[in-house]
Amino acid sequence: MSMKIGSRQVDGVMILDCSGRITLGEGSVILRDTVRDLLSKGNKKIVLNLAEVNYIDSSGIGELVSAFTTTRNQGGELKLLHLTKKVNDLLQITKLYTVFDVKDDEATAVKAFK
Amino acid sequence: MAMTEQRVSYTMDSSLQTIESAEEKATRIATELGFGDDEIMQISMAVREGAVNAVLHGNAYAPDKKVTLAFEHTGSNLVITIRDQGRGMDLSKIPNPLAPENLLKTSGRGIFLMRSFMDVVEIRPSNTGTELKLIKRVHGPTAGGKEVSQ
Repeated sequence: MSMKIGSRQVDGVMILDCSGRITLGEGSVILRDTVRDLLSKGNKKIVLNLAEVNYIDSSGIGELVSAFTTTRNQGGELKLLHLTKKVNDLLQITKLYTVFDVKDDEATAVKAFK
Repeated sequence: MAMTEQRVSYTMDSSLQTIESAEEKATRIATELGFGDDEIMQISMAVREGAVNAVLHGNAYAPDKKVTLAFEHTGSNLVITIRDQGRGMDLSKIPNPLAPENLLKTSGRGIFLMRSFMDVVEIRPSNTGTELKLIKRVHGPTAGGKEVSQ
């Protein structure tokens, strides 16, 4: 299953509902383009809802890092929401769980923006 | 593609499709060997990462260079070998992705993930390519030596 992203706005926060696989190739490109498009339009509060992301490889992890740093470098914030066990485990073993702001509740994630 | 007894091998192009195909084959064979869901995911991801390295970093998508992928069930081990025809990677230049200065790098986690997921990871670079060997110990009901079907 290739990656799909739906977007919605909640209290000024852009929530990207991701589904499928974030892997080398199309999945990574879609995520990169979507985040950059949001930032270019001034949307700097971003939540990646990964509840329906069932697979991610090292390239996908790299794209999450890229989205995080790109957003931060433009004065924004990016948070992760609803990690599946697989993605959670990957972020744990790569020590990225401590880098990302990870939430398991959407309302909490939205309120957490400064 | 060839399958003899407990060994199957494939010669594949240096393309993204090869990466997807390698992962699918790993998933199928690991399932047939009776690995659990978590182990199947680990094996599949390790093979995917190995295929990514072979296609991207080894052969650099060169159309005249091939990737060979082999699965061998030895009875107690699933041995997976991935070879490319690139210039051979410099093992001394592989950074530690867990080092604080590398945590926010967008690449360099593939070999780390392979080592996290497999029991043995051997990398043999040479001037004519890199050979990667991944070994996962078989714990499932087929550990006694049942053949992988094709």
